[in-house]
Amino acid sequence: MNALRIKRGSSSHSAYNLRPALKEGEERRTLAVLVENEAGVLARVIGLFSGRGYNIESLTVAETDHVSHRSRITIVTTGTPAVIEQIKAQLARMVPVYDVHDLTTEGPAVEREMALVKVACTGEARVEALRLSQVFRANVVDTTLESFVFELTGAPEKIDAFVELMAPLGLVDVARTGVAAITRGPKGM
Amino acid sequence: MSREMTGAQIVVQALKDQGVDTVFGYPGGAVLPIYDELFKQNDIRHILVRHEQGAAHAAEGYARSTGRPGVLLVTSGPGATNAVTGLTDALMDSIPIICLSGQVPTFLIGNDAFQEADTVGITRPCTKHNWLVKDTARLAGVIHQAFYVATHGRPGPVLIDIPKDVQFAMAPYVKPDKAPRLPYAPRVKGDPERIREAVELIENAQRPIIYSGGGVVNSGPEASRLLRELADETGFPVTSTLMGLGCYPASGKGWLGMLGMHGTFEANMAMHDCDVMICIGARFDDRITGRTDAFSPGSKKIHIDIDPSSINKNILVDVPIVGDVKNVLADMIALWRERGARTRADRVDNWWRQIKEWRSVQCLRYRNSDKIIKPQYALQRLQALTADRDRYVTTEVGQHQMWAAQFLGFEEPNRWMTSGGLGTMGYGVPASVGVQIAHPDALVINVAGEASFMMNMQEMSTAVQYRLPVKQFILNNERLGMVRQWQQLLHGERYSASWSEALPDFVKLAEAFGCKGIRCDDPADLDDAIREMLDHPGPVIFDCVVEKHENCFPMIPSGKAHNEMLLGDAATEGAIEAGGAVLV
Repeated sequence: MNALRIKRGSSSHSAYNLRPALKEGEERRTLAVLVENEAGVLARVIGLFSGRGYNIESLTVAETDHVSHRSRITIVTTGTPAVIEQIKAQLARMVPVYDVHDLTTEGPAVEREMALVKVACTGEARVEALRLSQVFRANVVDTTLESFVFELTGAPEKIDAFVELMAPLGLVDVARTGVAAITRGPKGM
Repeated sequence: MSREMTGAQIVVQALKDQGVDTVFGYPGGAVLPIYDELFKQNDIRHILVRHEQGAAHAAEGYARSTGRPGVLLVTSGPGATNAVTGLTDALMDSIPIICLSGQVPTFLIGNDAFQEADTVGITRPCTKHNWLVKDTARLAGVIHQAFYVATHGRPGPVLIDIPKDVQFAMAPYVKPDKAPRLPYAPRVKGDPERIREAVELIENAQRPIIYSGGGVVNSGPEASRLLRELADETGFPVTSTLMGLGCYPASGKGWLGMLGMHGTFEANMAMHDCDVMICIGARFDDRITGRTDAFSPGSKKIHIDIDPSSINKNILVDVPIVGDVKNVLADMIALWRERGARTRADRVDNWWRQIKEWRSVQCLRYRNSDKIIKPQYALQRLQALTADRDRYVTTEVGQHQMWAAQFLGFEEPNRWMTSGGLGTMGYGVPASVGVQIAHPDALVINVAGEASFMMNMQEMSTAVQYRLPVKQFILNNERLGMVRQWQQLLHGERYSASWSEALPDFVKLAEAFGCKGIRCDDPADLDDAIREMLDHPGPVIFDCVVEKHENCFPMIPSGKAHNEMLLGDAATEGAIEAGGAVLV
């Protein structure tokens, strides 16, 4: 997985570019979008972003209310404040969208991402990988005599850091969920 | 529980319950069950177009001229893809149309079946919303929802894709009031605090302008009435976008003419120099603003729009009011009157003096000729000879469209159907068909260029079949006039592919279609020829042979501001700089 040794923002080729450096005047925002879980709703949201040239840094979606079939889409996006306002307005006017919340401005909010990281190594490297996983409070969810699969939850930067450290120790594969976020405190959306 | 029906019966019943009297369509394998049901009833009239794009534009013309949604019915695959241009056009211009498309049976979806296309995938970005209905039990509810979505909030096109097996299967019918509710709930009442701020700006305005748009038409006749009240009681000048023509009457004392790239000098100068701009149902489109960083630099801007995403999209405004134009205007006028109906009348009078100076430039002047028909002259004569009739005008896209906007006057909304946002050549002929279907006794004229006319001229056959007396008024310059004008201004007069060679004889073409053809190339004969067209009870193709290299002025060159207009006689060499050439 040499590709993961790339410097932040050094790849402009991927639509899901991991944490590019922010351009002048741009901000990073985390949006929570409550939608009706109907066929094609995710395609609609993604199509809005690609069609109007907005950025998606990460996007997660799952049904969160099985009774009324509502899904929650968490989108991390970047743009100038004017673009961010457009993104929110464009999302809010879509037919299957109930609500759009900007967790970055409405916050404070907790943001977490989960990753599964496969590392293949033996000997000293294997011991070091396990030691580092304890430092990062990762769980071992699968092991063989020459590999581990770590489960790690935290801010995206923490996962980045862990993956960086695993690279020289025998990193094989990384699967990440993208950011899920929720506001702090007792109030709901 | 209401009685069970087939999906096809549900479609027809739902259309009836939605008050649909006309469907524009073209049959094919995947919609045969629906055509079978249409055959068995007489409440809904089916109009057979000659191409599905024509069905979409006809539905648009129907919708735009009546204020009611237009409906089209097309088959799967090519039927649906042919409708895409019309759907996109309706999306850009906020026209409520409902497209019913057939689809291959559910068990064949994804198999690359005959005439299969991913219709909801293809039309997702060019509709306000779309649905693939895989279960007949949901069909009625979805159709009712579709009408709701198309006509509420900012209107737009919707599409319902109905697989053939869903059309055959049985399910209970659901009435409109029992349809499931959608999350979609557009805001229609303006924020009172914002309205108060707007009224304060109106009271203190010294150089005000009302900039109205298609949203006033979409809001209904009441919105136009309120716009007139506001303009006439305040004495403020009014300009309008291409889409909003007719909301304020062209004969009204506040009327400045259209604004924008080919708008009048006085309208654009007033936009540039105003201190309070009241934007009503318009969206600061790039044809309107010119260079955005030099757009109306000294003004406070009020923006009334039903679509929150239109606010601050292109131009930052000071007082955004999200709501339906008719509600916001009613509240605004009521509050303004309650507070004493004040304006800075003396300052506004000074402002009018300035505007009259700009008007004295006579920006629509052109050099007339007694040898050859100038397109502007042809439209002036058309205006003069039809002004006393209840007249509906559609257009194609290009120079003729801009001249029509400049030289034809509109007194009422819903009388002017044109492709504004998408700029679709080929819109006018089918749109005129749709308008004439909705208004069988009215005078319907499509002002066309010969190139645009030929893009959808097959619909003349529809006009003849249904005895629709549409008048096709073709300003024939044997050129793609607007393309040629830009090539002259921007590309060193290299007229690449912008002339119409091998044109048909339009009189013979008319005869071949079974309608009347008239050709006129002499200014002296023009009035008689136009009268002949108007007096003929059936469809007419009028070939008006005009000056070939006439340019459309005034013009804001791309990349320039409102106060940098080119007037007719100005030197055009180097008018657009390299930076402007990359703009469209």
